[in-house]
Amino acid sequence: MFDLDKWQEITAALKKNKLRTILTGLGVMFGILILVTLLGIGRGFQNNIQSSLGNFATNSTVFWVERTTKAYKGLPRNRFYRFTNDDLVALKQGIPELEHIAPDINGWSGGATHNTFRNEKKGNFRIKGTSPEMNMVNPVEVISGRFINENDLKEFRKVITIGPRVKELMFEEDEDPIGQYLKVNGIFFKIIGEIKPLSNNMGNRDDIIQLPYTTLQQLYNYGDKFYVFLATAKVGESVAELEDKIFEILARRHSIHPEDNQAIGHFNIAKIFNKIFGLFNSIGFLFWVIGFGVLITGVIGVSNIMHVVVKERTKELGIKRAIGAKPALVVGQIINESVFLTTFAGFWGLVLGVVIVELIGKATEGSPNPQILNPYVDINVAFIALGVLVFFGVLAGLLPAQRAIKIKPVDALRYE
Amino acid sequence: MIRLQNIHKSYITGTNKLHVLKGIDLHIKKGELVSIMGSSGSGKSTLLNILGLLDNHDEGVYELNNEEIKSMSETKAAKLRNNLLGFVFQSFNLISFKNAMENVALPLYYQKVSRKKRNKLALEYLDKMGLKEWAHHMPNELSGGQKQRVAVARAMITEPKIILADEPTGALDSKTSVEVMELLKEINKSGITVIIVTHENDIAHMTDRIINLKDGRIESIVENNKINNTESVQIPIQE
Ligand SMILES: Nc1ncnc2c1ncn2[C@@H]1O[C@H](COP(=O)(O)OP(=O)(O)OP(=O)(O)O)[C@@H](O)[C@H]1O
Ligand SMILES: [Mg+2]
Repeated sequence: MFDLDKWQEITAALKKNKLRTILTGLGVMFGILILVTLLGIGRGFQNNIQSSLGNFATNSTVFWVERTTKAYKGLPRNRFYRFTNDDLVALKQGIPELEHIAPDINGWSGGATHNTFRNEKKGNFRIKGTSPEMNMVNPVEVISGRFINENDLKEFRKVITIGPRVKELMFEEDEDPIGQYLKVNGIFFKIIGEIKPLSNNMGNRDDIIQLPYTTLQQLYNYGDKFYVFLATAKVGESVAELEDKIFEILARRHSIHPEDNQAIGHFNIAKIFNKIFGLFNSIGFLFWVIGFGVLITGVIGVSNIMHVVVKERTKELGIKRAIGAKPALVVGQIINESVFLTTFAGFWGLVLGVVIVELIGKATEGSPNPQILNPYVDINVAFIALGVLVFFGVLAGLLPAQRAIKIKPVDALRYE
Repeated sequence: MIRLQNIHKSYITGTNKLHVLKGIDLHIKKGELVSIMGSSGSGKSTLLNILGLLDNHDEGVYELNNEEIKSMSETKAAKLRNNLLGFVFQSFNLISFKNAMENVALPLYYQKVSRKKRNKLALEYLDKMGLKEWAHHMPNELSGGQKQRVAVARAMITEPKIILADEPTGALDSKTSVEVMELLKEINKSGITVIIVTHENDIAHMTDRIINLKDGRIESIVENNKINNTESVQIPIQE
């Protein structure tokens, strides 16, 4: 309830030494401002990392061919081999923990010249063989049309999906590319979908043209061979164990010495992901600690000031007690002042913090390679911060208030 | 109204113990106008502070309004001070950031009287003190005499049974002193017990009874040409 008398008491006391009140308020304000800004920026970092990782499956591993380093079964060392489509089937059947497996095959880029033509338009794009399973591991978003399906793979269809940059360069703005044809490396492909990569991993960029990997193998005379594939473990399964099992089966199928680890290159992506997540968890934690520390400093400032204020007003409080102010009222009044000061200053810190975070968001929005993406202040965080402020406001007032009523009225009256 | 029996009070500062009140026996009846005199350091203020529940005594029995005052909570003491007692100090002790009216009304705030009602009452009391025009002035815009009259109004507003005044004229010139004393006498006439600490003889002689303190004891009690003081007990001169 709004009590004019209480209000007057509060403002009168704080107005008495305006400069000091303002400086103290600024302490709290900056505390909360720094806390909120740091958390907002931390969120922005996290968003940025998450968006560059996109929806890339975190529990994944990548395998690629190397030369053998050990002679085995009468075969020489330094031998070259390639993965085959049959390997995919064998791995899927042999390893229950395996969720998805997808070959990653690149087509030719035009080098210095162009590899894609349509009427007068030409461009040089990134060409990749893909599969529905690849889209589970390193997904793209379908904007219109559809993604490549199993039938496209089976029937070696000459169909493609194109990224935003391809659409932009090869079509007019108001043109619908679906159903149109592009000449890629001398062959006409029908466009079945417009897509947008959800991560930058494994060459998924805006200038991508995807076609069924079987079609790519056929047109480029790769047979059923490829050099690289991605695999994911089922939820809860260890990627490291999956890697061991894949290695074992591949080694057997390609007559590679069971201990020739270097013959099959592989890389546990899950490990890197965990490192990154760990990193931004600790960054987030650090930001909390710093922000909280600054906030506490502000609150200690308030407590100090309340201490001085109460000391200065010893006589006044003595007079009030002499004419009938009860201790509870005196304590309440001091706490009111301190809570008012902290929440008022804290509120403006919060508002300023939100504005700053917004501005940072605006400033980084257009930049092509932002370090911070969509920073924002969690409303819960804001409320927690405000709650913490009120709590510390009470605490900051409580100690000096206790001191104020501990001395006898007569001593308070005598105080000069 | 007030009964003291063998009251002792010592102050302890560091390792030193200063025995200030050394057995005070005193009885003050309802409606009396009493002054306490004595040289500086004789314990006048100490005694008045104990009477006013601003300090506590170490030993002896203090009965206020038929209630024995023993170690009580500050909350209880604050309530008793508010209801029963009114204070007037030498240095006025007004709240500097409140105007005259708000200062007078303050004790009623602690009784949770509504703002409107207590301000109205405060204006009435200020009017009685001849300070109606000064109601909205801040204390630093008032003369010493005016400040003391505001303080008297503040002491009066709760209709206390006892007014305790520690050298109320100490900071005033003789003319204003007499004015304030007349005021206190008038208050006394309305039936309120008034106890004044002073070391001015003229002031003391305006009261019914003079209690002379010396070195923490009552040296003598002088009755000032009053007939109907049968109730007051003559305490034999000590030492
Ligand atoms: N809080 C205190 N702590 C220590 N000593 C005190 C305290 N209050 C008073 N005294 C001492 O007690 C003695 C009596 O003090 P008191 O104030 O009662 O004297 P007084 O009679 O009112 O003198 P004055 O006429 O100067 O006001 C003095 O020696 C004083 O120094
Ligand atoms: Mg004194």
